[in-house]
Amino acid sequence: MRLLVIEDDRDAADYLVKAFREVGHVADAATDGDDGLAMALDGQYDVLIVDRMLPKRDGLAVIGALRAKGMETPALILSALGQVDDRVKGLRAGGDDYLPKPYSFSELLARVEVLARRRVGRSEETVLRVGNLELDRLSHQVHRDKEEITLQPREFRLLEYLMQHAGQVVTRTMLLENVWDYHFDPQTNVIDVHISRLRSKIDKGFSQPLLHTIRGAGYMIRDGAR
Amino acid sequence: MTALGKLFRTTTFKLTLVYLTVFALFAAFLLGYFALNTRRLITEQITDTVNAEITGLSEQYRIGGIRRLVVVVDTRARRPGSSLYLVTTFAGESLAGNVTSLPPGTLDNPGWTETVYRRLDEAEAGEHPEHHALARVFQLPGGFRLLVGRDLDERERLYNIVLSAGRWSIAIVIVLGLAGGLFVTRRVLRRVDAMTETTRTIMHGDLGGRLPVAGTGDELDRLAENLNLMLERIETLMRGLKEVSDNIAHDLKTPLTRLRNRTEQALRSAENESEYRAALESTIEESDGLIRTFNALLMIARAESGHASDDMSEFDAAEIAHDVGELYEPLAEEKGIVLKVEAESPTPLKGNRELISQALANLVDNSIKYAQPRDLINGAPAQITVRALGEGDRILLTVADSGPGIPEADRSRVVERFVRLEQSRSQPGSGLGLSLASAVARLHGGELTLTDNQPGLKSVIALPRGGPVQIAG
Repeated sequence: MRLLVIEDDRDAADYLVKAFREVGHVADAATDGDDGLAMALDGQYDVLIVDRMLPKRDGLAVIGALRAKGMETPALILSALGQVDDRVKGLRAGGDDYLPKPYSFSELLARVEVLARRRVGRSEETVLRVGNLELDRLSHQVHRDKEEITLQPREFRLLEYLMQHAGQVVTRTMLLENVWDYHFDPQTNVIDVHISRLRSKIDKGFSQPLLHTIRGAGYMIRDGAR
Repeated sequence: MTALGKLFRTTTFKLTLVYLTVFALFAAFLLGYFALNTRRLITEQITDTVNAEITGLSEQYRIGGIRRLVVVVDTRARRPGSSLYLVTTFAGESLAGNVTSLPPGTLDNPGWTETVYRRLDEAEAGEHPEHHALARVFQLPGGFRLLVGRDLDERERLYNIVLSAGRWSIAIVIVLGLAGGLFVTRRVLRRVDAMTETTRTIMHGDLGGRLPVAGTGDELDRLAENLNLMLERIETLMRGLKEVSDNIAHDLKTPLTRLRNRTEQALRSAENESEYRAALESTIEESDGLIRTFNALLMIARAESGHASDDMSEFDAAEIAHDVGELYEPLAEEKGIVLKVEAESPTPLKGNRELISQALANLVDNSIKYAQPRDLINGAPAQITVRALGEGDRILLTVADSGPGIPEADRSRVVERFVRLEQSRSQPGSGLGLSLASAVARLHGGELTLTDNQPGLKSVIALPRGGPVQIAG
């Protein structure tokens, strides 16, 4: 996919461009708000990665200008301001996701991939399928191999989120934000325990595990046979 | 500015001057009015007396002629303290009376006149001064003239007494007023000077200084007390800031040093790729921990300095208790702990939902971290109870465990940043959980208290239902 990094710190921008290219994406960089806006308007980018504080034109203003011109390219805001209200401000200005600095590249990559894929969108489907695992969003039923699996409401939402992003890495923070709606960092890694509980319900007794731990990044649900 | 100049420029002194002027003018008016009226009254009295005598004497004249008049006047003139009488012929020859040395021509004009005179009995003495009198000249039928009058000295004396009393009292009012004003002003000025002095030392960095309070409960005292409260708060904040920087220095430098050492060692002695990889991985892990600590510190700082009105909304505290309980329940179960939530919906509360959730999560996290899998006393599984309940105008969010608890002496200390008791050094964590919970509670105008759960620890976040109350003066 094609990515545009708008970031005034040249080192950070170069690092991101290089890292994205290494994992197989096409990435460009702009170092101020005006250039960034011009490039975003010209190029066919899948996701924009925008630093909040930029010379010439503020990151939120860049996104605002794009949205005003009808460009719906998903934008992820990077910012040193990590408080909840800064985040709300960023999302209100038209950002699609918000990642406080310092971030890990795996977190950024996971979020960017989710944003890019969201355009294709499978969120409207009422039945999600991964391998022989089936989740019915209307009846709230989960089956694997025709066998019903009983889940707690939160486990259902966890699985739903994972399945919506099947084949993609989902980080712990993303889970905490999207499944629990918390934006803080619980000191102990409570998410791991929830995942292992979910895993014991959907993978136990099956030779082919679906829920995978991606070391150093997070989790992914995918059809193991692929 | 000289000391005196400073004194004169104070508000108190200016007020004193205004009051003084007003009072002096009032006193002058009052006494002047009194003096003039007294004088007028006496004059009226004289006029009445003289008129009555003239009527009486002209009656005598009418009955007995000049002879009888002379006799009567002679008798009356001899009485002590008598009026002034003079009976003359048309030519001005004195026939009877007790008056002499009238200015020439006095008797020529009938009617009222103010004149100087001497009494007959002191006429020879010479050294006696002339007196003043108010007299009436009356033309009797037959060419005789009658003068009746009263001495005015008494009237003038009284008038003068009143006038000098007035002058004195005004002088006294001014002197006392000025002295009192100066005294009060100096007292006030001294206190203000003392306050200014203290403020200066405080501005020079001695935050421990406090404004003097006289203990009289007056407006200056109230001002000083309020300023002292403000100073108290500033000092706490400054101390907090200093502690934070000291603690940051200590607690961030330690892992930073470790990080640096490891990297250096890897550079120096790593033999193969997997060793490099391991070193890099531990570097990332270490820096993640650092970022976490740093975020927690920022959050605390933010909560402590924050405006309570940011991001406040109305929500159900019971829901938060259930959510947090649900988040931690699998973790607790994994450690063999029973986690229960006792909260009745709705328990409405106004506040920052995210922060309160995090504070409660920190308390639960804490309890899970330090809980023993088995109850120490009866061997039953350890329990953690999360409660949300209203009590009066407060909402209590409680986390009670049956773990080792915290010795009473350490309870207030563990709420401070980075304080971790020796027994817990081996547990992971930044040591900021309780401090954050406490900062969040204070941001909402509430407090975090740690008590004995017998056995175990009971942490209570007490928050005002309606959100933080603005502190009024």
